[in-house]
Amino acid sequence: MPDFGYKISKDRQINFDENSKNLFAEVAMREPSVYRCISCGTCAATCSAAQFTSYSLRKMILLLKRGEDKEVITSVSRCMLCGKCQLACPMGVNTRNLILSIQNAIKKLSHV
Amino acid sequence: MLQEGKKALWKEYQKEIADDRYFYVRSCVRQNFFPASETTFLRILTEELGKSVYEHPHHTSCSGVGYHSDVIPFETTMTMVARQFALMTESGFMNFVPSCITSFGLYTEVLETWHHFPEVEARIRETLRKATGREFEKPANLAHASDIIYKLRNEIADRAKYKLVNHNTGQPLRGVEHIGCHYAKMFPHKGVGGAEYPYVLVGMIESWGGEVVDYPERRHCCGFGFRQYLVKANRGYSVASSKKKFESMAPYKPDFILTNCPGCPYFLDRWQYAIAEMEGTTYGEDGMGIPVLTYEELAGLVLGYDPWDLGLQVHQVSVEPLLDKMGIPYNSSKKYLGKNGKFLGVPFKPAAIKVC
Amino acid sequence: MSKKVLIIGAGVAGLEASGVLSKLGYNVTIVEESDRIGGKLNRWSHLFPSRRPASEVLEHLQLNLDPNTVIITNSKITDIAVKDTSIEASLNTGKHIDADAVLISTGFELFDAKKKEEYGYQIYENVITSADLEKIFKEGKELTTSKGKAPKRIGIIHCVGSRDEKVGNTYCSKVCCVTGVKQAIEIKEHLSSCEVFNFYMDLRMYDRHFEDLYQEAQVKHHVQFIRGRLSEAFENPDGTVMVKVEDTLLGKPMKMNLDLVVLLVGMTAGNNSLFKKQLRLETGTDKFLVPADEHFKSVSSKQKGVFFAGACTGPKTIENTITEARAAALEIAGYLKN
Ligand SMILES: Cc1cc2nc3c(=O)[nH]c(=O)nc-3n(C[C@H](O)[C@H](O)[C@H](O)COP(=O)(O)OP(=O)(O)OC[C@H]3O[C@@H](n4cnc5c(N)ncnc54)[C@H](O)[C@@H]3O)c2cc1C
Ligand code: SF4
Ligand code: SF4
Ligand code: SF4
Repeated sequence: MPDFGYKISKDRQINFDENSKNLFAEVAMREPSVYRCISCGTCAATCSAAQFTSYSLRKMILLLKRGEDKEVITSVSRCMLCGKCQLACPMGVNTRNLILSIQNAIKKLSHV
Repeated sequence: MLQEGKKALWKEYQKEIADDRYFYVRSCVRQNFFPASETTFLRILTEELGKSVYEHPHHTSCSGVGYHSDVIPFETTMTMVARQFALMTESGFMNFVPSCITSFGLYTEVLETWHHFPEVEARIRETLRKATGREFEKPANLAHASDIIYKLRNEIADRAKYKLVNHNTGQPLRGVEHIGCHYAKMFPHKGVGGAEYPYVLVGMIESWGGEVVDYPERRHCCGFGFRQYLVKANRGYSVASSKKKFESMAPYKPDFILTNCPGCPYFLDRWQYAIAEMEGTTYGEDGMGIPVLTYEELAGLVLGYDPWDLGLQVHQVSVEPLLDKMGIPYNSSKKYLGKNGKFLGVPFKPAAIKVC
Repeated sequence: MSKKVLIIGAGVAGLEASGVLSKLGYNVTIVEESDRIGGKLNRWSHLFPSRRPASEVLEHLQLNLDPNTVIITNSKITDIAVKDTSIEASLNTGKHIDADAVLISTGFELFDAKKKEEYGYQIYENVITSADLEKIFKEGKELTTSKGKAPKRIGIIHCVGSRDEKVGNTYCSKVCCVTGVKQAIEIKEHLSSCEVFNFYMDLRMYDRHFEDLYQEAQVKHHVQFIRGRLSEAFENPDGTVMVKVEDTLLGKPMKMNLDLVVLLVGMTAGNNSLFKKQLRLETGTDKFLVPADEHFKSVSSKQKGVFFAGACTGPKTIENTITEARAAALEIAGYLKN
């Protein structure tokens, strides 16, 4: 291939139809309170991990719903399971179990 | 698609297009990219349809490329545009016809600016007078060259030697169209059919017997977009934009892509090669590309002009499959002969994309 | 002889005010330009937030009408003037009415979704409005795609014709967010396996029970709410519609194909030119009529003897319309006593 000096930029667009929503389905089955989330960001504002990395529980829930699994997988490892978000969440989302469920669901689906 | 609804909308976007006595201004780049398109426009208008067209030997670039790349201020651009109008006025013409879409957008933008800010127009008139001693009238009619071909599409159809029909099967050929961004996205009411469902190229394809395929990324930019392309580091997203379009249209197996801008056919044509090299993907049949044409080239084919006189041999994507489908004879041995009959040499044959 | 009130428009506002005014002893004449009374209630199936049938509300309003009320349908006011203490009106049928006070309760118009060209209403086969969806539900028809199939994925688009400078309506229509959530639930109740997405900029769940509907939609029906305004829609050759939005909470552009798109059309002002010209009434930048004082004279106009009720003074719910209609009836009674 000739050296063009540039590469085709990667598409940032979420292609909803092509993204699999299996991970989300698996997580929602384990922790249905994920449906209660209203994307308010209370969790991320106080999260210790979010202060120092680009991690946000609010965003991770959305990424999960859109099927952007790769980003979910890199995100979820940032959580320190301190439980502060659960204390803060106004909607009663069981965030600790949600995060554990995401980790377990990733493990389960990567075995399949 | 509910055709009734689309037609009702098209009715709201009809524009005045002059029917004779055109003052034609060329594009800076088209003669390099698609060398015979502008000549073909003149040939169709003057020889075929008996219209009068005048080109002024002293006309210059409209400066649109510089303006859109942020290197020329609008004041300068407006004065250059004023000078073009002065040439038109001096030549006794009133119907201004730019060949380039960006020029068309720019002339429209300048006229709109003057309409809303008459003091700016007065200032520019003064600047032009001081700098060159010239005075000007604003055009009575401003239409892009594709508007003119659109207006005359049925006259062209009446004289057609070939139709956009597969001569073996009798089925209409499937075309996808791509409108230059500066045609109607800035001023929807200045484009035939508006900005969301432009009719200018659709009308040609339909009149000449073809079928238009509406693909999902039709409205997406071709990838030229001055800033995207001019800086090498940005070219990755120029090619990515074109790729988005190819991926979107390819499933519908178009026989050709029709365009009305200098940049679009160039990028849609050449990037097919670059993508083939970089990713190994081709979008046409049997490892070939999808032929890309300007509206003048397509009109020329319909009228039976020799494909090599239309400059189709300088396209990256081979047009022969389209010629075969339309039943247009061509002499392969003459493909690379210059106007003077001298052999020009055969271009490099890439391995990544099949060419004839 | 008891005094006479002319009511223009027999929607919720006109009907409710008529009932109250009759009870207070006034003679009421209602002029309605369409062939039936009830206004938009005739078009809605079940009402937010309680999901009560619209027909039930209409029946209730009709029951409260006094048998002596004169209802003139299929008629338009062509001239109207305030003369001293009386109002004189002429109809296109040649009829003349005089009254001691007039209530304008002409309601609103639905935004014409064709103006959002990029959404393809009446161009794409599978793009309908919230009003069209109400009609389907009201007629008890099956909700299908243009090809007669059950849709598997539906998108509900908020703010169509509202909060949109480009179409000339910068205001919020107030009722469409909750209508969209209600319709999402109704769709899920009809077609439980259908995925439903609401594309919104802000969810304006301001009134009592509205937030509950939103939670019900999410938790019980798994409706997905995507924050981002529809940028453009495109019809795929198979008739499905590709939509482009930004998922603004993720900061990423997104595309998806939908089998059916429902546009939540906003409320726009009716044609008030006659009232403006002949009664010198004012309209706001939003083109709705402007009351004499936003707090204390919200159902009065600046013109003596002319009153307002309902959506003619801006988007509002039926509940608020009814409250206003009663307030207007009392305001008229107070005016006529003095
Ligand atoms: C899609 C949609 C769904 C909705 N669903 C609900 C819901 O579930 N619950 C809820 O609380 N609200 C709902 N609303 C709001 C509700 O429709 C309004 O609150 C209500 O219709 C206002 O009543 P109105 O009498 O002021 O106006 P309208 O209902 O518009 O009635 C006005 C009447 O006046 C007549 N008229 C107009 N101009 C003239 C004239 N010049 N001369 C004579 N007659 C005239 C009209 O023909 C009409 O009969 C919804 C709105 C929309 C857009
Ligand atoms: S549990 Fe994880 S997500 Fe929640 S606050 Fe702690 S670190 Fe953040
Ligand atoms: S605090 Fe709770 S509701 Fe808010 S974004 Fe976090 S998980 Fe969702
Ligand atoms: S109520 Fe909701 S959908 Fe309607 S205009 Fe307001 S924000 Fe938009």
